[in-house]
This record gives sequence, structure tokens and C-alpha cells, in this order.
Amino acid sequence: MSQHPGPAHENDTAKPPPVEGSRYFDWLDRRIGFRQMSREALFENIPGGARWRYIWGSTLTFTFLVQIITGCALWMAYSPSSQTAWESVFYIQNHMAGGWVLRGIHHYVAQAMNILLVLHLMQVVIDGAYKAPREMNFWMGLVLLTLVLALSLTGYLLPWDQKGYWATKVATNIAAITPIVGPGLQKVIIGGADYGHHTLTRFFALHAGVIPFTCVALIAWHVALFRRHGITAKKPLRKRDATFWPDQLLMDAVACLAIMGAVMVLVLMNHGAELGPPADPSDNFSAARPEWYFLFLFQFLKYFPGGTEVFGAIVIPGVIMLVLFLMPLFGNSRRGHRFNVGFLCFLIAGAAVLTWLAIREDRNRPEIVVAKQQAVETADRIKDLANSPQGIPPTGAITLLRTDPFTQGPKLFAKYCASCHRFDGHDGTGLKLKDAPTASDLKGFGSREWVGGLLDPDQVSGAHYFGGTKFKNGKMVKFVTKKVRAFTPEQKAQLTNVLMAISAEAGLKSQKQLDAASTTQIEAGKVAFKDQIGCAECHQFHSKDADASGPDLTGWGSREWLTGMISNPKSARYYGDDNDRMPAFAEEKILDAQSIALLADWLRGEWYQPAEVAGNQ
Amino acid sequence: MSHEPEPSHAHTHCGCATTDRPGRREFFKKTLTIVVGMAAILAPIGVAISVLLDPLRRSGKGERLVRVASLNAVPIDGTPRKFAVVADRTDAWNKYPNTPIGAVYLRRTGDDKVEALNVVCPHAGGFVDYNAANKCFLCPLHNSEFSLDGTILDPKSPAPRAMDSLKVEIRDGEIWVAFQNFRAGTRDKIPA
Repeated sequence: MSQHPGPAHENDTAKPPPVEGSRYFDWLDRRIGFRQMSREALFENIPGGARWRYIWGSTLTFTFLVQIITGCALWMAYSPSSQTAWESVFYIQNHMAGGWVLRGIHHYVAQAMNILLVLHLMQVVIDGAYKAPREMNFWMGLVLLTLVLALSLTGYLLPWDQKGYWATKVATNIAAITPIVGPGLQKVIIGGADYGHHTLTRFFALHAGVIPFTCVALIAWHVALFRRHGITAKKPLRKRDATFWPDQLLMDAVACLAIMGAVMVLVLMNHGAELGPPADPSDNFSAARPEWYFLFLFQFLKYFPGGTEVFGAIVIPGVIMLVLFLMPLFGNSRRGHRFNVGFLCFLIAGAAVLTWLAIREDRNRPEIVVAKQQAVETADRIKDLANSPQGIPPTGAITLLRTDPFTQGPKLFAKYCASCHRFDGHDGTGLKLKDAPTASDLKGFGSREWVGGLLDPDQVSGAHYFGGTKFKNGKMVKFVTKKVRAFTPEQKAQLTNVLMAISAEAGLKSQKQLDAASTTQIEAGKVAFKDQIGCAECHQFHSKDADASGPDLTGWGSREWLTGMISNPKSARYYGDDNDRMPAFAEEKILDAQSIALLADWLRGEWYQPAEVAGNQ
Repeated sequence: MSHEPEPSHAHTHCGCATTDRPGRREFFKKTLTIVVGMAAILAPIGVAISVLLDPLRRSGKGERLVRVASLNAVPIDGTPRKFAVVADRTDAWNKYPNTPIGAVYLRRTGDDKVEALNVVCPHAGGFVDYNAANKCFLCPLHNSEFSLDGTILDPKSPAPRAMDSLKVEIRDGEIWVAFQNFRAGTRDKIPA
């Protein structure tokens, strides 16, 4: 057993024979006294021996350390601005070696910390470790709890995705309802009147600098005070006393390994942390929810009618925090202690019930389910777009989504078209509507299948085509239901060629190979259209006819034809005065040219597809 | 003065003795604690190092043939002129189409002959200026002097090698340069 080195002059003679390298440690120890420090840190007495119920403080310290390690590595690749935050996280997640694992660990360990905090608090309150003379340490713990929650809140925004953006916006709006200082406080927090670059720089500075720095200082103090007062041993003491090293530390290490094991399982199962679509201030995300451990607060606020939110958001949580802070003052009596334990159990049970209610409510709301599904699809989509040869432009990834027909088409359709039309029976986004459609279903518009249905006597007057329109009993429907139904086999063959010819006008990408393989039939169809089966009586088709009463089918379904139709269906080229309710979206300035083009491209199935997907089609 | 625990007698600094422990068991427990603790922290540290060292996987763009200027834009009298090299650039997640990626000095050595030098000083990577009065290139940072063909003019120049020449192609009156950056501070011309 070596003597503990004290001051240099009294220690020199008592030293054991020098071991290789030990004199260097001795030199260092005389200057910084690391041996005494490590002894004090490691040989803490554990009355009654090591126990699993004492692990929570150590596991919290461990998870905090993990967050510092992973956070520093993330910091080296993260760029806090509204044009680069999501993009840099995307790059970490998809292009840096091990980036998705790093992010995943940081994400799930953050969640584990919140669980561990509650467990630590429960252990401290149940074991009475908050009682005198440990009041200061308990209060410091509560401050640390608040700081860790603040870390979670600030970290949630940093990826700058739709979920984090809208959920945090709600949280900072709530801050604004604080009496007197609220509006100013909100501006200071978000760095201005609205979310932007300075929101991110501030949140990042808080998340990676101010709060962790404060936490480190408080944890050091917290542990020092804990060591000063010693462990609050659970009575009765079952075993003989032990030391922190290695007895308790072994249990702590096993617990830390178990936590990391669970975290790694979650990371590998979910391929790291979720990264939603980039934040879009112009497109509200109705399924934006805070992280699960804040859901109880989110749900709680639903019960406060307009004008009383301040009670749900500030007053009641404030009173709860006050009661928690006062616990040590009335915890010395048996009754007071029981109240504390009961109050804490009530809080946890209440939070659990509110969380469950929030989840259940969301599951039962179709629009939330659809919005969540859409967010997953958009997140996959933006990944394809960002990895495309075009890459992410300097204006940010959101530009890619805003100019992507696959993303914008369904939204535009749901907003502007689905009041009459349907797309495969839904509103374009997947939401089934209660009202019956009053115009055609445009899924597959331009394809042979779609035209074939239109020329089918059994379908033309159905809801899929003209059934809900004023053309239900019009010339076209009569032509198909009467004349086409009576076609001879030869005429039916000609009709097939005609539908091929009309569909080929659309020039759909999905039908390119089919059209190329049917040039003879398409040419025959053009002839049949004009001369053989009667289409030319109403429609123009590659030739002028002043008497034509139906839409001009030259270029039917092409991008140019479709954008013209959406822009102004009242034009003589389309339905003229016979137009049935469809607005002239461009003429009436309902949609701009870009939106109309996006809608047309989406209906035609024209959007960027990654090579392997495009190759499979 | 406190004592470290002996292998067979665990002591604490407060003097509360624990039971006698076989040294082997104690050693096993300590080793296990260290192994388990290290296993717990291994993944976060490993993956943090992996991301930290990610830049080592990235290499330069290599040689890129870029149209730089028309032949008419280069003075006929052999005076060098600086031109920006404009090409697509990738910066981590961003792609910038047609953006300056560097600059070259072009100098006519005949009616349809042009030499190209990368403007980057091979010493420390500063941009070299053309000194019209002395008809030479001068680095404003550490005063390396180069002649018009890029060779070191002043032997006291700190530059370890001549300015980096680049391959040139003339196509229909347009000058195309095989643009590339090279490592600074080395005697050999090593692609960056």
C-alpha cells in the first residue's frame, strides 16, 4: 500500500522503491494533487453497501458526458442559419461517416436523460434525500432538471425541420403570454419579431454553450455537495459498508452500458434520429408536436379556453415548480414527506395520463395521421431531391420542395381542385372526403386507361368522369352510351386506336415506351378520329373546324394543353361558354403560373425520380 | 493522510472498513468495472471520432477542363492577364452552378499559343500579383518573385517551386484550361 503523497518535503522519504514511470506521476501529483483528488472521488463510503437504487445520479452524469461528446462532434458539422441548418443536418445524417449514428445517439440519449431525471427525482424524494441538510442540493437538482428540459427544447429546433420549427414556434408563442415581460421575452428568445437566422444562432448558443456550461458548473457543485453530505442510505442497511470504487461504480457502469445498449437498439432500428422535411414558414405542419416528454404540457393547454392560457402555461406549472421547491421545507415531518411522495406520484401519473390522451387524440384524427404520413413521404422525397445531380441550391433545400411537382401537386390539388375533383378517390393528399365528387377523378389523366374509361359506355356517366357534372346528359355521354355501345367489332378496334392516339397526345413519361411501340395504331387512330367513328363532329384534332363544340383535342393532356386548361377553361380552345364551374385559375389570378405548372406536371406524373426508381419503371 | 485500499483489505477514507475481500475477486471487480464503463462510452466516442475524421475521406476535384476566356481577350504582346475560372462547385451539401472556383494567369506565347499559370503561390497559398513595372509575378505575402513563365526569379524567394503551370487547349478561338489546385509548401507539384 503506497502512502498518499502529501507535501513534497515530507513525502520524499516515505516513498516505496521507484516503479518505472511512477516518478513522473509523483512529479505531477506534487503539483496538482491528482492522487488525493481521485481518492476522494473514488473511495466514497456507501453505508449498507452498493445498491441499484443509487445508480441514477451516475447514469445522468454519464448521459450528460455522452451528450457533450456527441454534441461537440455534431457542432463541428452543424451550421446554424435558416438556409443551412437543415442542410447541414441532412449532410451529417446522409453523407458523413457514422453521422446518422452520431445524431441518433445524441437524440435518444437526450430522451433517456429525461426519463433518468424523473427516476432520479423519484429516488431522491422517496428516499428522503431532499431533507435537511440537503435542501440546497435538491434545489440545485431542480434547476438542473429545468436546464435539461431547456436543452431538449432548444435542441428540438436546431435541425430546422417542419416538426421542430412549428412545435418550437408554439412554445415560444406561449412564452409571449407571460404577463408584462412576455412579448419582449419572446423577441429576445427568438432574436427578433419572427423566426430566422438569429433564432437559430440564439438557440444554438443556448443549446451548445450557455446551458451546458451552466450545467457543468452546477453538476460539479451538485456532486460536491452530495459528497459533503454523503449518500442518503436506504434503511435498513442490508450489507456492510462498501466503497464507491469499485462496488457502486460497477453497478453504475452496468446501468450505463444498459442505457447505451437500449439507445443503440433504438438508433439501429430507426436508422438514427428522424429528420423531417425542411421548415417552411409558408406551410403549416398540422401534425407538429413537441417531443413526447413535453406532450403532457401540450395536452394540458387544450383545456384552457381563449384568454386563460396563461393559467395552463405559466401559473399552474409555476405553482407546481414552487411546490417542488418547497418540498424540503415541509418534508422533515412524516406527514410532509408523505405529501411530497404523493404529490410527485400524482404529477407523474397526471403527466402520463395527459401524454396518453395526446397520443390517443392524434391517432383518432385522420388529418393528423395524413399529415404525419405526408411528412414521412416528403422527408423521403427531399432526400432524393437533395441527392439528385442538381443538389441543394444556395437558397436551401426548401427551394427544391417548393419547385417539386411530386410534393406541391397533392397540396395544390387538395386546396384548389378537390372541392369538385378527386384523385384516386381522395383529395390528392390521401384524405378521403365526405362529400361526393362533382367532377372527374384525375388519377392517370392522359393515360390510355383514363381515356379508355371515358370511352366506356358503363363508366362515362359515372362519378369518375361526367357523373357529377352538367355534362352528365351531354353530347359526349350520349355518344358513348348510345353509339359506342352499338359499335361493330371493327369500330371498336378503331376506337381502341383512337384512344391510343388521343392518349399519345399527352406524351406522358410513363407511357413513352407504349406510345413508341404503337406508332401504326396511333396513326390509324388519328385517321379514325377524323373520318370513321364520329369524334370530329364535335372536336378539333390537328385541323381547324369552326363548328367544333367540344374541347380541341390537339395536344390533349400535354403540359401545354393542361396548363392552358387550368389557366382558362372558358377559352374557346376548351369548354368556352359551356364551362361547368371550373375557375379560370390564371385569368382570375387564383394561382400563379408556377403553381399551375406544378399542378399540371403532377397530374401528368412528371417529376424527378432517382435513377434506380426511374429505371424500374 | 488517507490510504489506498490494500488488495485484500478494502478501506475507505473515512475509516469504515468493509469485509475482507479476496484479492482476485477485487481485481476482477475492478477490471470488470473498467471494461463495462469503457464499453458504455465506446460507441459515442467511436462515432464522434468517425465524424471528426470524415474530411479525410474527401479528396480534391482533380483536373477539370474549363473554358476560361476567348483567345482575343489575352493581350497579343505577351502580358499576362488574370481570369477567373468559373465552373460548378460543390461545398459540402450545396451545389453552386457556374461559380468562380479559382483564377489563372493566361499569357500568349504565340498567335495561337497560350500558357496558363495557377495564381496560387506554391509557398503558402496566397494569390500572386502581376508586377507590370518589373514584368514579373510577386507574391504580396512573403515576397516570392516569379518570372513570366512561372519559374522562381529571385533565389531568396521562400517559394519551394515554380508557379503551377496548367495544360491549355485552344478550341475554335476559346481557351480551355485543365484547372487544378496543388498542395502549397512542397517542392513537388502534388494535386491538392
